[in-house]
Amino acid sequence: MALPIYLSPAERVWQYAYRAICAMIFIFLVAPILIVIPLSFNAEPYFTFTQKMLSFDPAGYSMRWYDTLLTDGMRAPEKLRDAGWWSDAWNNATWVKATKNSLIVGFWATILATVLGTIAALGLSRPEMPYRRLIMAILISPMIVPIIIIATGLFFFYSDPCGIIGLHCGRLTATYTGLVLAHATLGIPFVIITVTATLSGFDQSLIRASASLGANPRVTFFKVILPLILPGIISGALFAFVTSFDEVVAVLFLAGPEQQTIPRQMWNGIREAISPAILAVATLLVIVSITLLTTVELLRRRSERLRGVTPQ
Amino acid sequence: MSQITTNGDLTTSDGRPLKAALAAAQFRAKRRAFFLVAPLLLFIIVSFILPIGQMLHRSVFHDGFAANAPDVKAWFAVNPDGTAPDEAAYAALAQDFKAMKADKTAGIAGTRVNYTLPETRSLITATARVADDLAPPYKDAFLALNPKWGDAAVWQAMRSASSAYTADFYLISTDRERAADGTIQKVPENTRIYIYLFVKTFLLSAVITVICFFLAFPVAHLLATLPTARANLMMILVLLPFWTSLLVRTTSWIVLLQGQGVVNDVLIALGIVGDDGRLKMMYNQAGTIIVMTHVLLPFMILPLYSVMKTIPPSYARAARSLGATSWTTFRRIYLPQTLPGIGAGALLVFILAVGYYITPALVGGADGQLISNFIDFHMDKSNWSLAAALSAMLLGGVLVLYWLYDRLVGIDNLKLG
Amino acid sequence: MKKLLILTTALTGVAFAAQADVTVMSWGGAYGAAQTEAHVKPFAAKTGIATIMVDSDNPATPLKAMVEAGNVTIDVASVEYADAIRLCDEGVLEPIDVAALPAGADGVAAADDFLPGAVTDCGVSTDIWANIFAYDTTKITGTVPTTVADFFDLEKFPGKRGLKKGAKAVLEFALMGDGVAPADVYATLGTPEGLDKAFAKLDTIKSEVVWWEAGAQPPQLLADGEVVMTTAYNGRIFNAAVGEGKPFAIVWDGQIFENEMYVVPKGAPNKDAAMQFIQFATSTEGLQAQAMQISYGPARKSANATEILYKDGKTVMGPNLPTAPENMKNALETSSSFWVDKDAELNERFNAWLATN
Repeated sequence: MALPIYLSPAERVWQYAYRAICAMIFIFLVAPILIVIPLSFNAEPYFTFTQKMLSFDPAGYSMRWYDTLLTDGMRAPEKLRDAGWWSDAWNNATWVKATKNSLIVGFWATILATVLGTIAALGLSRPEMPYRRLIMAILISPMIVPIIIIATGLFFFYSDPCGIIGLHCGRLTATYTGLVLAHATLGIPFVIITVTATLSGFDQSLIRASASLGANPRVTFFKVILPLILPGIISGALFAFVTSFDEVVAVLFLAGPEQQTIPRQMWNGIREAISPAILAVATLLVIVSITLLTTVELLRRRSERLRGVTPQ
Repeated sequence: MSQITTNGDLTTSDGRPLKAALAAAQFRAKRRAFFLVAPLLLFIIVSFILPIGQMLHRSVFHDGFAANAPDVKAWFAVNPDGTAPDEAAYAALAQDFKAMKADKTAGIAGTRVNYTLPETRSLITATARVADDLAPPYKDAFLALNPKWGDAAVWQAMRSASSAYTADFYLISTDRERAADGTIQKVPENTRIYIYLFVKTFLLSAVITVICFFLAFPVAHLLATLPTARANLMMILVLLPFWTSLLVRTTSWIVLLQGQGVVNDVLIALGIVGDDGRLKMMYNQAGTIIVMTHVLLPFMILPLYSVMKTIPPSYARAARSLGATSWTTFRRIYLPQTLPGIGAGALLVFILAVGYYITPALVGGADGQLISNFIDFHMDKSNWSLAAALSAMLLGGVLVLYWLYDRLVGIDNLKLG
Repeated sequence: MKKLLILTTALTGVAFAAQADVTVMSWGGAYGAAQTEAHVKPFAAKTGIATIMVDSDNPATPLKAMVEAGNVTIDVASVEYADAIRLCDEGVLEPIDVAALPAGADGVAAADDFLPGAVTDCGVSTDIWANIFAYDTTKITGTVPTTVADFFDLEKFPGKRGLKKGAKAVLEFALMGDGVAPADVYATLGTPEGLDKAFAKLDTIKSEVVWWEAGAQPPQLLADGEVVMTTAYNGRIFNAAVGEGKPFAIVWDGQIFENEMYVVPKGAPNKDAAMQFIQFATSTEGLQAQAMQISYGPARKSANATEILYKDGKTVMGPNLPTAPENMKNALETSSSFWVDKDAELNERFNAWLATN
């Protein structure tokens, strides 16, 4: 970008310094995330660049930490890699199990949060909604209340969920259901925020147009409203999924040994002894987040195009 | 459609007054809107508000002593505050101790009294262990066991603990205790901790908010003034950390900043520090500040950016053309217009920082821990009521900030990416 | 829609596979690995009961929290001796039937075969371990630390120190570092002046201390060069030194040893299988199998009757155990009676000390 011609020399210097400062802040934002990628290919169990890595010697790099992700926890990792080995990895490898758990909990929590959140957002965006501000504040609060308070509350509640109405119906700790409910709660604010934002740009006259053409409310919803707000719903769902996929405190308090998720395993690894295997997981997760980010960005642009909002 | 009736009111075609019909229609619309929200509201109440409420109840309720020492409780009920314990009191106590030994409840009862008066837990558990040997006259038996049983402060503490509902946990949470005469005083210097922690949590959050502001402002400004295509590209650099797992970011920072980490290695390679002068940037307060700043920075950039985007550049140009220096233009024209964004970002970052748990737990070492970490610590140690009292105080603070945010910014204006 | 259904079914299918029957909670790292190899895997193989190991920094704390909140998800836990007694007193543990424990390999009944105190009302010893301190022999050369006083001597040995974040073993260690004889440690610690003395000693190195929580951290801190010396559980250092070839040396002067106990929490989901596990793990063979994995001594006479070799097949375990005579010259046995009563109070004081000043 060319600088305006009316600037004094001192202001020119400042403009260049300003851009240098911005560049440094961008480096601060992104470098820490990218640094783990090359380090995860380290052939040595260190967390810094070895001489060999710096001189781009192939011997300095290896896939061994990615291999440990597969073999850790297996019954017989040293065997020949045939079908039996892969089934062993699928059923017993710690990180594979953690990935399955993360996906299961994330999937159901996302479904629950997205369905409930979208329906509620439809109500919230109606002008006649009573107590709108208060209800909105309540629904957003799981994002604001410190997670440790939510987790401790759920810890007691889950130990005897029916106790509050004087019955006993088992407990929700160390169950998938409990974790799904907790993660859905944490994901709901994100769905509400994105879907209401999409609905605020929604042209309400389209509903009247649809009705005047003879569509009942159901048809109007599925044929008119849904296609237009779908990008917003999917963004909200992705936010909810990432919230669950990245969540560790509720898992620490509520999950049993069978529900260990990826963040939970990482937590263990970071607290005890960070092995470079953690960096391999981190690298894979960075790739996941880049994919999700790209998806959301594409959706946002599509949504703006659909709604006729010119991108700013 | 509407007609005018004889008395002049508007009615619908079926003859109902228009006013009533409109009210009914509005009521139906309201009800329809509310029914859409109701399932989620119910879900949030059951899975969020109720559990937290139930947990907070524990901050004023602990029946560890009240439930396990019924005889002494009864004695306290009939003898008013300040009565010196007589033989009947000691006999009741002996009775309770025998039951406690049989039921193995001395630990929990002792723990409860210990909250009110430190160093009584061991007195109670040790006495319960030999409870079966207690024989009349009980007063002498107790005093022979431990002279502390004659101490008025111990009896005062037991009286206080014999009520299941108590404010004692809020006293502890504010580093206070009840003296033997019932007045409230500060605890000794070497056991004061919570006020300090609350102050530290708020101070560190403020520091992080300020750093975030200074880093976010130039970046948001750059993004807002660049041409759209380039700004969108640069925006990815802000959103990438936002979408990356918190644990991944924390891991990366550990790798970068630890004693044998990348940053120290680079500094040594450049000759800036010696091998024995490696900087300590991890597992202390510095670690907490650096990593939390990184984690929360996007929450400051995004609201600032959306406000700055709406500021027309013509204002600044007008100011310049009227002779203002660039500094004056910035200070008098630009900055005031960004205030809503600054307020929104700063409040959001501060609210999120105050309740932070994961990052301090992983990189905070001994002095980088925040109040959330101590709530976790007491949960871990089964000090439920104390954890609940600390939670209530933290929650109160956060809700005040949240209310402020809603008043100043409006929750509707919360933006993600 | 159809695709979604298939995905849904697949995900549900995975969700409810494989439920473990016995869950053992231990201390993670080398110790957890040793118990997994010596007890968990063979038990699962022998009985067919699915058994898994989960980690904790100190299993006694989550165990108590689980029982008191009615949220018990583990069946067996490995806890320190004083905790086993304290939790038993508090009714948090299931009682252990000594008669049901298997007799020694030589036929002597369990009650006589175990060393005195190794079986309590609610726990059975799995090993005897020690808190020691260790250093990196490539970092400290020339004069090496030999006494507990050297740990606190920042002038003679400058550099960071690793210490466990907790009152237990740290306060005793500080008093011994201040010259208190092992026999007088608990008498001193029981007085307010003695306690102040211990904290005063810790104050002298506080600025240089890196606090660790999980037992796997000290060897890592040493290996990373984050500290020049650190307190640690002796088996962790042994496994890093002998098992992984790390240049670590142990200083036994001022060691603090005690029994480690297997216990069953009240309300364990699979109590009977848990008891079966403990009987299996604390048999002569079970204890020997564990001592082959990590340098903690078995608490059965019959298990000590024969020489035990480390899993590398050549290192004799005897001299590396806390109970070896040459390691016991200036040693302290943890007083369970002291910590049973004082644990909560002293940790409170310790935390206030740590978080402030």
